[in-house]
Amino acid sequence: MAKLTFVGGIHPYDGKELSKDKPIQEVVPGGEMVYPLSQHIGAPAKALVAKGDRVLMGQKIAEAGGFVSANVFASASGTVKGLEPRRVATGDMVMSIVVENDGLYEDVGFVSRESSEGMTREEIIGIIREAGIVGMGGAGFPTHVKLSPKEPEKIEYVIANCAECEPYLTSDYRRMLEEPEKLIGGLKILLQLFPGAHGILAVEDNKPDCIALLKKMTMDERRICVKGLKTKYPQGGERQLIFAATGRRINSTMLPADVGCVVNNVDTVVAVHRAVMEGRPLMERIVTVTGDAVNSPGNFRVRIGTDYSAVLAAAGGFKGQPEKIVCGGPMMGFAMFGLNVPVTKTATALLALSKDDVAAMEPGPCINCGRCVEACPGRVVPSRLADYAERFDEEAFVANYGMECCECGCCSYVCPAKRQLTQEIKSMRKILLAKRKKA
Amino acid sequence: MSEFYKVSSNPHVRSRAATNGLMLAVIVALMPAAGFGIYNFGPRALTVILVTIASTVLTEFLFGIYKWKVKRDGKGFWQRTTVTDLSAVVTGLLLALNLPVTMPLWMAALGGVFAILVVKMLFGGLGQNFMNPALAARCFLLISFPSAMMAFDCDAYTGATPLAALKAGEQVNVLDMFLGHTGGTIGETSALALLIGACLLILLGVIDLRIPGSYIVTFGLFVTLFGGHGFDPAYLAAQLFGGGLLLGAFFMATDYVTRPITIRGQYVFGIFLGLLTGIFRVFGSGAEGVSYAIILGNLLVPLIEKWTMPVAFGHRKGGRRHEK
Repeated sequence: MAKLTFVGGIHPYDGKELSKDKPIQEVVPGGEMVYPLSQHIGAPAKALVAKGDRVLMGQKIAEAGGFVSANVFASASGTVKGLEPRRVATGDMVMSIVVENDGLYEDVGFVSRESSEGMTREEIIGIIREAGIVGMGGAGFPTHVKLSPKEPEKIEYVIANCAECEPYLTSDYRRMLEEPEKLIGGLKILLQLFPGAHGILAVEDNKPDCIALLKKMTMDERRICVKGLKTKYPQGGERQLIFAATGRRINSTMLPADVGCVVNNVDTVVAVHRAVMEGRPLMERIVTVTGDAVNSPGNFRVRIGTDYSAVLAAAGGFKGQPEKIVCGGPMMGFAMFGLNVPVTKTATALLALSKDDVAAMEPGPCINCGRCVEACPGRVVPSRLADYAERFDEEAFVANYGMECCECGCCSYVCPAKRQLTQEIKSMRKILLAKRKKA
Repeated sequence: MSEFYKVSSNPHVRSRAATNGLMLAVIVALMPAAGFGIYNFGPRALTVILVTIASTVLTEFLFGIYKWKVKRDGKGFWQRTTVTDLSAVVTGLLLALNLPVTMPLWMAALGGVFAILVVKMLFGGLGQNFMNPALAARCFLLISFPSAMMAFDCDAYTGATPLAALKAGEQVNVLDMFLGHTGGTIGETSALALLIGACLLILLGVIDLRIPGSYIVTFGLFVTLFGGHGFDPAYLAAQLFGGGLLLGAFFMATDYVTRPITIRGQYVFGIFLGLLTGIFRVFGSGAEGVSYAIILGNLLVPLIEKWTMPVAFGHRKGGRRHEK
């Protein structure tokens, strides 16, 4: 049987051996916790607390600013120091609530339940919305919106994205190995929302232990199956994952629900389980700290709002001077100026590289070799799109499917001339999207 | 510890592939053919090769030195010479392999200057030429100095090249053609040496079989149907091993810059070249046809690309080209 996969893609050095065998450890946060009001796609949340207020762990400190938005919760107890713009991993200044952590971790009292049986759709989605859960694979799309398609009865597959195709990252891998029951439990809760749907745990085949474990644990589950996917970047991209797991195709103008699918990342599914069964809102996530410039790479359970310097300290600090630090993986992560940035809901990793490939390489002229065309999972012609973007030829860019780019970075990775293909296309898309929004 | 790290937009890693690495791979892959040419035709072949390469490299080097460029912000700078990408060496080597060993050296040098200056640099340098520089120079020399270019009598061989003999209705030794013990240009005679180089390029992932495969298969079908010999394995083999077909199909039709970038377009391009070469060889006045076929094919590349632009993932063919 042909392996489940997609056309295109690349096989970069995956660096997962640095941290894959390191069990998840707790990080003790520093004195200051920073909660940006915008850690998700959609409207920023509205602050509910003011300077001087005492907050408890698990207290809602900011409320969703619309339907497509998400609540923010305090992940420690302490006193609100202020509401001020802080720099986040993407480099933007975002209005944030700053809390001085008193180290007591006094909580609001979480009410857990034995079983989710008999709960209605509205109840479950209500809990997920209240818990401030967003897509934790990196995009940060509010999960309750994803779970509320126009026609829920048409959903046939609920896919847990366990691919983790991004090089270096092992947080989802550790989560699957250490808390598989929560992943499966969370998926069952999601399946409760869509009575006609089947659950798919889609795992890349470089994690055979996860596949075996999940298969064993879901043996008696009639509605859940485990699918091993070919290891290739970007196998965990939403469009590539849906195609590999179900053979259905979506483009940038469609939602997964248009082909009967709902896709959620491992950490998101676990967060759903935690919210519904334990009554705990989204307060923490798993972060991989890795790269050749980190002393002891590993996987860490980090409270949202913790400063990256505390996360790095837990991994033993830097060995030598890194040239580049990245929030997320090397393909789609954000390079950061410094470490004084809070961990947000969408922060998958801290990657420290002692050598920066990009700065070391001078872009040359395109030799038309076509490697980008073969690597592009969106099946477009990146070298031409980058030309159109350089000339700001909007018509040609759109006509040649420039808006279909998912910014996965494959084209820039393979380019022998070291052109900044993804970057050109990305900025053109940003401009055009902003223009459309305005119109 | 410094708090300012390097920042750039994603992705933050790059593959090891590099332009000069690819060019080096092509040079290495041409070594068997060049080596056999020197062995077959004697030391003068080496002189021709070196003179041609020197003229292409020197032309590109000098052109690079004298290039003043102005950036968008109005600031000017001296453009660095582009010789280090090794593409001029590839052009020079390919051109030399397409010349007869008796070629006067000044003509070979002139060909190198024409290839780099007129065909490549005047159109914007690497990546901007619309014709294969080596082949354009070969055609330029063919038209300018037909007798020198067709002088295949040398110390080692006299008489017609195998293809010309074939055209005249004479018998040829297919095994000699495969090994390369025949007259012809320096690099085209040995099918074996060319195939070794081609295999290397395919294994290294520098080229794939789309263009050479569709080219050779189409050409084979064409000469079987219209060659007037029916299905005659000896005739077919002689046609495939003879002349510049293998050199052209594996090393020149696959030239990145002048072949379509779209995957479907590459098949179309290969089939088109096969048909043209067949027409030129079977119905043309000369025995050769590969050079002109590839040059003409190069001219059609923009059209082929326009017709074969891929449809993005998740879109349907003939569907809306524009989003809502």
